[in-house]
Parts: sequence; structure tokens; C-alpha cells
Amino acid sequence: MTPALLPHPSFAGFAGAFEFIFSKQESSVTGGKKVGGIEQVLELAWTQIEVSLLALAVALLIAVPLGLWFGHKGAGELVAVGLGNAGRAIPELALIAFVAAIIGVGIVPLTGALAVLGIPPILTNTFVGIRQVDRAAVDAARGVGMTELEIMRKVELPLAVPSIMTGVRGASVNIVATATIAPLVGVLTLGDFILGENVYGVNGVVAGAIVTAILALLFEFALAGVQRRLTSKGLRLQAQ
Amino acid sequence: MISGLPATPLAAVGEVGEGFFHERTGETLPCQARPSHLFCWDWATENIHRYGTPTVQQFELVIISVAIGFLVAFAFALLAHRYHLLQWPLLAGTGLLFAIPSVAFFLLLLPVTGRGRETAIIALSAYTLQIIYRNVMSGLANVPESAKDAARGMGLTERQILWKVELPLAVPEIIGGLRIATVSTVAIATLAVFAHAGGLGTQIYSEANLTFPTAIIIAGTIAIAMALVFDVVLLTVQRFSTPWRRAEAEATA
Amino acid sequence: MRFNHKRPLMALAMLIAALALAVGISACGGGSSTTDENTGATEAETGAAAEGETGEEGGGAEAIVSNPENANVSLTIGSKNFPEQEILGEIYTQALQAAGYKATSDLSLGSETVALKTLKAGQISGYPEYASTALTSFFGLEPEEVPADATEAWEKANAEFEKEGLVAFEPTPFASANAVGLLKSTAEKYNLKTVSDLEGVSEELTLYGSPECRQRIDCLAGLEKLYGLKFKEFHPVDISLRYTVLEKGEADLSILFTTDPQLAAEKDKFVILEDDKKVFPAGNVIFVTSKKVAESAGPDYEKTILNVQQGLTLKVMQELDARVELEKQTPKEAATAYLESAGYIE
Repeated sequence: MTPALLPHPSFAGFAGAFEFIFSKQESSVTGGKKVGGIEQVLELAWTQIEVSLLALAVALLIAVPLGLWFGHKGAGELVAVGLGNAGRAIPELALIAFVAAIIGVGIVPLTGALAVLGIPPILTNTFVGIRQVDRAAVDAARGVGMTELEIMRKVELPLAVPSIMTGVRGASVNIVATATIAPLVGVLTLGDFILGENVYGVNGVVAGAIVTAILALLFEFALAGVQRRLTSKGLRLQAQ
Repeated sequence: MISGLPATPLAAVGEVGEGFFHERTGETLPCQARPSHLFCWDWATENIHRYGTPTVQQFELVIISVAIGFLVAFAFALLAHRYHLLQWPLLAGTGLLFAIPSVAFFLLLLPVTGRGRETAIIALSAYTLQIIYRNVMSGLANVPESAKDAARGMGLTERQILWKVELPLAVPEIIGGLRIATVSTVAIATLAVFAHAGGLGTQIYSEANLTFPTAIIIAGTIAIAMALVFDVVLLTVQRFSTPWRRAEAEATA
Repeated sequence: MRFNHKRPLMALAMLIAALALAVGISACGGGSSTTDENTGATEAETGAAAEGETGEEGGGAEAIVSNPENANVSLTIGSKNFPEQEILGEIYTQALQAAGYKATSDLSLGSETVALKTLKAGQISGYPEYASTALTSFFGLEPEEVPADATEAWEKANAEFEKEGLVAFEPTPFASANAVGLLKSTAEKYNLKTVSDLEGVSEELTLYGSPECRQRIDCLAGLEKLYGLKFKEFHPVDISLRYTVLEKGEADLSILFTTDPQLAAEKDKFVILEDDKKVFPAGNVIFVTSKKVAESAGPDYEKTILNVQQGLTLKVMQELDARVELEKQTPKEAATAYLESAGYIE
């Protein structure tokens, strides 16, 4: 067997990375099996999308009702806003590592940790969004005879959508970013390429970074689109 | 390879002394060696000095990144205020940078800027751009038209209006944006360890510490405390800067 | 209160000034980016005798003597990114400092390909590598082709390194290898002593290993190919979690290292299966450096390294690993303790 040392350029150039994304490459440590290629890239990307959406959903389910309730009542400003500030300060790496050490590894603890990261911005923004709803509109609704629940659902919530969506977008940025390092705790996402220079080579690392960035941007665009659709026409005109 | 060690009256060089091997069974295992522990006070008090340099490194990373980000974003905002066409591209551009996950950003920069602080600073600065830019723009946009009209009526030029009326009124919101950017940067800077730039991440993401809750808790607490200190300091500046009304300006992020 | 436009501007200006000042101070004062562990250990070690004479050639281990001729040679010692490697890096760094070199450490570079890359780029002077890893990862050998004899493995690796302008020093006494590990209770339940015993049983068991283990021929890929084993599931986790997943009952099997302190400390809890088909080659540590550096650094370079590693038996290495991994000492502290206890430095 002819021993061969794979070339290690200091900067492979993005060409090598793009090659890695689309076609399988040799690796020095796999004993002949190729790595990379569009299949593996999509597989890891899909896992990252899945776990991010799941965490985002959990965060929404918890944070929106809470924010709605407190905003409607007009109480708990300190908690809602304070939590938002404090939540921003949580170092993602510490949270993930902590959850892995204490609770365990795998998709469930990871989703929990990611949801914890996503709750503060959504909670704060929902609260602020509801508070900013024109009191006159709420009073008018009450005058017409709507119940509290109906007011929350039909008046306050739609008017707060821009603010809520801003929070969701902020949360998703954090969640998708943190999901990148999930391979450390048992869930294979695009971070596998980034952290596995041994197996994937420098091309794989750069490829991983590129695909991760693209994925994050796709999320951002998708959510921006959702925001536009959910924002009622009146609000859209008003914003302009 | 190994050859016979010289015979000397004392323990031979190359042989560790008696008592070098610690007894490590059940009872004598110190807190940190036991499998399920949460926080080891003894270890914490003995080893707190380890966090000195990483904390300083983190602090520096945050300060420098926020400073650079602020200067750039502020400049962008002034430009966009003047030339309205630039508004959307700049907002989109900074938003794009913000959305890229930090680890990916570090890795993309590594081949270009090398391992170390510069890479981390560039990436961290990029994150602050969107928040600060948006807040400066928003602050300027929220200046009541009446104030500007009054100033125009008094004969001030556009530039004078900007510096004497618009910016001062926008300061609370600008500082609000700085607060958010700084707090976020403290949290993200823990990831600087992936760019080989030091910081508190080194105390979390080292093989021995990744499953050591005590080390993680300490590092995390220091990071959160640092963020809060920054927040309070900036809040005070915010309040100081606008005595005529309560410095509210909670920008949504 | 009247609107005073000066105040907010003043506040902003002060803020900017403070930031600029902080940037200025940091930029001038600070400067080093990465490891901080290597500051100031020099005083203690290089203090002693500067006799300029370096003692006898080869043979037994001896106390390190500082040689003033080495004072203008700067060396940077690297390591891979797990505790055993960091300890070795620190040991070599401190030993070279004691010998009078301007040695600093740049540890935790990454895995072997990253470390080699950094070495070839000249950013480090050398780092400790496992002969088996070098042969399989760098030079494409199959795991079964790695010689079991330490000297043979070293010679084979060295021959390949020389083609790249590098050189590897002779091996350490201890060797390390990957191993399939499990709770003793699991081993007794399924009556497992060797990896081959997993045949027929492995389909019910989950295996946890590092993300790269999945595709490596000296890890999961090799287990599948050589032993023909199929596992119920493979889960990637960072290697620092390799015992946690066993303890928490999440993993039936986990990839461990034979030098792990947990194996010695908790013999009743963890066991490893014998690798009868040799999918996990054992490797002694060989210090890899570039020929140019070795020549310009003088004879003390190789001499000190070979000298100081003579005390690294398996038991000693496990003890040092235990101090860092279990007792959470820093690699620097463990290295200093070793060097002092073994009489290399004061």
C-alpha cells in the first residue's frame, strides 16, 4: 500500500469548499470511504433545520401566551423585559455544555436548551408589542362587547405581530447559530463539518461554514416573508 | 529507548517519588471527580484564579468589538440619514452579517485573517452592526418634526440641525442599541475559543471541563455578570444624557 | 427643564472617548491572543545551575541543567486538543525551559491534521504525536498494518516523516489506544470480554463516540468492516462526554482510551473489551518536529525531550491524566508536579 500524505494547503480557496459541497471527496482517515457531497450536506442541514424549528416552536408555545397575558394585564413588565435582557446575556456554549453534563445528550435536551435561548427575545417582544397597542382600540373593542379573550385574540395579537415577529427572528438567529455546535452533544448538524477537520479536511470545514451561513440566511428570509404575510395591510401601510 | 536508571541513594531521576500516585477510590474522590455533582465549592475557591486571564480577554474582545462596531454603524447611519437610497442596502447588509452563525463566521475568516484575536474581533464587530445601525436610524427617525421645523425656523442649517437637535434627541435610543449590542457580544464572545482567541470559552470548551458543571457555572456566571455590569453602566449614561425625560428607549431586538 | 442639546452629545462623546481609550489600552497592553498558561513558569526552573555542561550522553534519565547557549533559541511546543496531549505539551515545554530555551506552549491546536498543518507552516516547533495515529491518519496505513512493536512503529513513521522534512524522536514508554468500553454490569449481562464477543449482540446495543469516529477506519468504520459488527445506533458526542454517557445509562458502549484515569479509578464500574482483531492500534508518543528546527536548536533539544519522557510509564501517565481529567487540575500544574517528583527540575 503506498502511503500518501494528503496535501494541506493553508488556504484552500473557496473552490475546494464548493467541490466538497457537491461531490464526495477522499479522506485520509476513513480507509477508502469518501466523505462530503451533496447528500451528506443536505442530511446534516436538514437535521439542523429540524432541531431549530422544533426549538423555535417550543419557545413560541411558551413565550407568546406568557407575553400576551402579561401584556394584556399590563403587569410584570420587570419580569418580561428583565428576562429579555438577562436571556441575551446567556452564553450559548455554557448552556449547551451545562445541559449535556447535567441532563444528558441527544435531541431532547438539546431542543430544551435551544428553546431556553429562544424564549427571552420572544417573550419580551410579545410583551412590548401588546403594550404598544393603541388603548383606544382596546377600549373600543370592549365597548363593542368583546370578551377579554376575544380582545387578546382579535385586537391585540394582530397589532402586535410585527413586534412578535422581530422577536422570533432574533430568537431564530440565536437558535440556528447554536444548533451548529450540536455535534458536541449528540446531534449531527452542519457543525460536524466545521469541527471535524480531521475527517473532512480544510475544504470540509470551509464548506460547513458556507452552508451554515446560507442556512441561517434562508431562515432569516423565510421568517421575513412570514412576517410580511402575517402583518395586516393596515399596519404595513402605517409602517411606510 | 529506556535504559537502566543510574543507581543513586535517592529515588532515581525519571522515577516519580513515593506518594505521587493519589488514592482515588469512592470515599477519597474529591468533589469534582465524582460523577454526579453540581457545584464544588472547594475546587471553585482554590481555582478561581484560573478565570482571571480569560475574563480579561473576554472583556477586551467585547470592548474592542463594540467600539469598532459602533463607529462603523454610526458612520453608516449618518450616511444613510443623508442619502436615503442607502437605507435599505445598509439595513439588509448588516442584517445579513448578523444572521450568520458566529462559529461559521470565525471559520470562514480563519484562513484569511489567521487564528487569534483579529478574527474574533472582526466577526464580533459585524454582529453589533445591525443593532446599532437600526437604533441610530430609529432614534433619528423618531425626532419630532416640530423640533426640526422650529430649528429651521430659527435659521439653522441642516448640518446644525443634525448635531444640535436630531442627534441629541436620538441619543437615548442610540445608547439603548449599544446596550443590547454589548450584552449580546459578551454572550457570543464565549465562542471566541473556536477562533483561538481566548476568553471565557476556554474554561468551558476544554476537554476536561465540558462535563464539569462547576467550571461551566463559574464561566457562565462571570459572563452574565460582565454583561449586567456593562448594561448598568450604559443605562446610567443613558439616563445622564437626557435629564428632561426618563430614558426609556427600549428598542426591540 | 429646558432642552439642552449639549448634555446628550457630551454623554455620547464621553462614551466614545472611553471606548477609544479602552481600545487603545488593550491594543497596546495586550497582544497575545491564545494561550496564557505559559507565562512566568520560567523563573523557578531556569534559576538553578547554569553550568554550561550538559552531562553524559544518552543512558539514564538525569536532572535537567540549564545551558546558556540555548538562550537565544525560541521554541513553540504544540499539542492536540485533549488532556493527555496538553499534559505532554506542558511537560516538554517546561523541560525545555529548564534546559535554557525560550520555550512557550501553544496547546490544543486541534486534531492531528490541524497540528501537522501548524507544524509544517512553521507556527509551532513540534508536538507529540502517537505513532499509530501518524501511520494511519497521515500515511494511509490500515490499522492492522501498524506494527505492534514501539520501535518498529517509530522507525516506520520516522521514515515517512523524513520525506516531508520532519523528524520524529524516539517513543515514550507508555502507549495509548482507543477501546470499546462499557459498564461492568453490561459486560457481565451479555458475557462480553473481547470485541468479537459482540457478534450477534451488537444489534441491540448503542455505541457512542466522537463525531469523526463514525467514519474512521480505526473506529466505527473499522469495527463494521473488520469485525462485521452492526450496532443498533451510533451517537456522536464530544470525547469529553465518553464516560458521562455510560454513567447516565444513555450509552451501552462508548469509545474510551486505554490511558483513561477513570478505568483505573473505577475498576468496578468500567471495563474495556479486548481488541482481538486489532482495529485499534496502540501508539507510543513520538515527538515530531522539523529537521530545520532540530538542527538549529542544538543537541539539547532532542536530548531533553528523550530525557524527560523516560519517566512516562503507563501508570504515571494515567496518574497525570487523572489529575487533569478527574481532579480538574491544569495540565501545567500536572506537568510541573511530574517534573519535580521525578527529579528533572527543582
